[in-house]
Amino acid sequence: MLLSLDAATVRFGERAVLDAVGLDVAEHEVVCVLGPSGSGKSTLLRAVAGLQPLTGGRILLDGRDQSGVPAHKRGVGLMFQDHQLFPQRDVGANVAFGPRMRGVARRERDAEVGKLLELVGLPGAARRAVASLSGGEQQRVALARALAPRPRLLMLDEPLGQLDRSLRERLVVELRELFGRLGTTVLAVTHDQGEAFALADRVVVMRDGRIAQSGTPLEVWQRPADAFVARFLGFDNVVGGTVAGTAADSPWGKLPVPEGSPQGGRTLVVRPAGVRLVAADAGLPCTVTARTFKGSHVAVRLQPGDGPRLEAACALRDAPEVGEAVGVEFDAAEIAVLD
Amino acid sequence: MDVTRTQVARTRRGSAARLGLLALPVAFFAVFFAWPVAAIVARGLKADGAWQFGRIADVVTQPDIRHVLWFTTWQALASTALTLLLALPAAHVFARLDFPGKQLLRAVVTVPFVLPTVVVGSAFLALVGRGGLLDELWGVRLDTTVWAILLAHVFFNYAVVVRTVGGLWAQLDPRQEEAARMLGASPLKAWRKVTLPALAPAVAAAALMVFLFTFTSFGVVQILGGPTFSTLEVEIYRQTSEIFDLSSAAVLTLVQFVAVGAILVVHAWTVRRRETALRLVDPRTTARRPRGAGQWALLAGVLATIALLLVLPLTVLVRRSLDAPGLGYYRALAHADGGTFLVAPVHAVWTSLEYAVAATAIAVVIGGLAAAALARRDAGRLVRGFDALLMLPLGVSAVTVGFGFLIALDKPPLDLRQSWILVPLAQALVGAPFVVRTMLPVLRAVDARLREAAAVLGASPWRVWREVDLPMVRRALLVAAGFAFAVSLGEFGATVFIARPDNPTLPVAVARLLSRPGDLNYGQAMALSTILMVVCAVALLILERLRTDRTGEF
Repeated sequence: MLLSLDAATVRFGERAVLDAVGLDVAEHEVVCVLGPSGSGKSTLLRAVAGLQPLTGGRILLDGRDQSGVPAHKRGVGLMFQDHQLFPQRDVGANVAFGPRMRGVARRERDAEVGKLLELVGLPGAARRAVASLSGGEQQRVALARALAPRPRLLMLDEPLGQLDRSLRERLVVELRELFGRLGTTVLAVTHDQGEAFALADRVVVMRDGRIAQSGTPLEVWQRPADAFVARFLGFDNVVGGTVAGTAADSPWGKLPVPEGSPQGGRTLVVRPAGVRLVAADAGLPCTVTARTFKGSHVAVRLQPGDGPRLEAACALRDAPEVGEAVGVEFDAAEIAVLD
Repeated sequence: MDVTRTQVARTRRGSAARLGLLALPVAFFAVFFAWPVAAIVARGLKADGAWQFGRIADVVTQPDIRHVLWFTTWQALASTALTLLLALPAAHVFARLDFPGKQLLRAVVTVPFVLPTVVVGSAFLALVGRGGLLDELWGVRLDTTVWAILLAHVFFNYAVVVRTVGGLWAQLDPRQEEAARMLGASPLKAWRKVTLPALAPAVAAAALMVFLFTFTSFGVVQILGGPTFSTLEVEIYRQTSEIFDLSSAAVLTLVQFVAVGAILVVHAWTVRRRETALRLVDPRTTARRPRGAGQWALLAGVLATIALLLVLPLTVLVRRSLDAPGLGYYRALAHADGGTFLVAPVHAVWTSLEYAVAATAIAVVIGGLAAAALARRDAGRLVRGFDALLMLPLGVSAVTVGFGFLIALDKPPLDLRQSWILVPLAQALVGAPFVVRTMLPVLRAVDARLREAAAVLGASPWRVWREVDLPMVRRALLVAAGFAFAVSLGEFGATVFIARPDNPTLPVAVARLLSRPGDLNYGQAMALSTILMVVCAVALLILERLRTDRTGEF
């Protein structure tokens, strides 16, 4: 394992920001830590970088314990959330900083800087002032700077957090492609599930300093570990129920569940696509309380006569008006029973 | 177990680094400040090996000493009030109005603050003294009244108020006042209810600094006070060097020490409060061209005050120095007269410059190290306490420090009495606090994560300082050096004791010339003051050029 966290713990006073976290990252793997703000993601990166001392546990890089190794000797790269480019240096000097600290000769350094700037899509920008860069360009320079000393592990803190949506979507694809090409080992943290799913080989969901779930993007998406993960991923239709065979008793009536689901008292997640609107006299009777246009579909909020509210996704031409009475049926393929 | 041990080791390493940075400043202030002051106080209060604490009550109850205490306090209060009254409108004008020549005027206003007190005294003597401008025109002489002292104090401290209050005022968001106006407040009421409370801490801090400077006033009172008016500092000088009553001087030093300590505590408290949540904006966006009769009248009034109070005394001083035909006074400076001076007075220019350069170097090293230690985020209470202690040399009697140098540093292991370094050391004591005050806000403003970014890229702690901190504080460092230079150049109270007779500095030479009768001596004093003023002003103007941001406290 390139990176191993063994019961890594960080306490600020009484509060455990990292609570006995265990995590392994293999070489060439891209791992994305996903969690709401305050879940301890950034502290995790700072601890690995050596900027935040551990209260307990160990961090190993290439199997070697890093306690007592200062940040500048760990050989890992960290790209800060707000980039933290050196304002008094130009783009080239920012990128060359790492190699310079390692005593790389000037000519070699300049060649490396040119290559890296080309790699991140800013050829010939070496002499530009940092202040003249747009947010997206700063982002690219920060990436080039972090890559320049060839760290064995590259860490990214909310790598695309401050960028606008279209730029973010483009960069995510570029990053994924770049890391694949360079074979870089990456540990990134983000609160944006779209970003995490698009970037990572493996997603780790954090909650209150602990790891709530770890798996491939598909695994996490299809089978959230618990109600918290499900809600964090944007699934609002989460409800308790009793599973017997391929049906479950819930506040929304009898729900069909996939074959082989765990039995007994469980948490059920119904993805919006699994909520089908039918005629008012069929299925579960509901009233439409709101509808939100989402571009590719319309999100419809429904209030059943009894039980918690539901969210459904349907095509624009099928979307009912607010106040209309509809019936609801469920699709077993879009329902997950959590362990 | 392991982890706990490395934790402890890491914490220890952090403390060790901090103590390492602080070691030199602490040693410097212990040896060259605490020890001389303690030595002279001990000498004064110890007779036949026993402490004479009874002397304290004796001295403090003497009628003439009580008179000095009373005068010191009330003239400081009056000077502070007068300075605020005259300088607050200027703070507003500099913060909120835009007019041609504003930059230059800001520099002009600041010149008096770093002028040596002796020069300020001479300038006012030339204006309101015997044969002064007012005497010639209307037969009015103020040098026998307290007004001369008060006006000189305003002259001296005008910039403190304009800079401290004006700096914050320029950064207050005008939209706050506009919001109050939209809610139905009149312009005056909006100012009183919104702007004034926001400014209050800055006004309080400025007032305290002015009070501190005038409470410990020496050069100005020495020259303008005559036999009637005497502050504690002047009295300490008189008791020490004229009456040789060391025990009275020691008691007065203690009294001043306690008073100044109290003032510094209050000051530190208001400075801390000043840093609380105010939404600040770019000062360049808040100033407008004057509009309406009221604003034009305010601007005119402030310009007139500056012309009369700040520019006129300096002009008169320069004119006086030119009274003799063919620059006679200046040429006389080049000759040794054998009586007052062993060498030509003009020699004092080089002596002063040499001393000031050495003192600046010492102050920058000591103050820079202290600022670096104080700026660390993990600085504990002990270290922050040191922050306040650093200001003490500004308030403790310079006369005491000077005399303390003579008696404490004249025997092994530290026999510096014959060494030229003695004077720069004493001057650096006054310069170092300015260095700390100028650099600390900038160092504290450096984003800690920039340092972390450098560390992650492989920079060792020392390289982080060199690559991240140094480029950002380089300008503050230059500004601090300029201040230390000007302050050293003008230092009088301590230098007058320890400068060797054959090597006087400019302020000492000026005072010596003024103490002798005759037009030639007087004219030469004015000429030498003019030279000192020009040297100071040039240093200051260079500094003003470097300083486009006003983040420091001076």
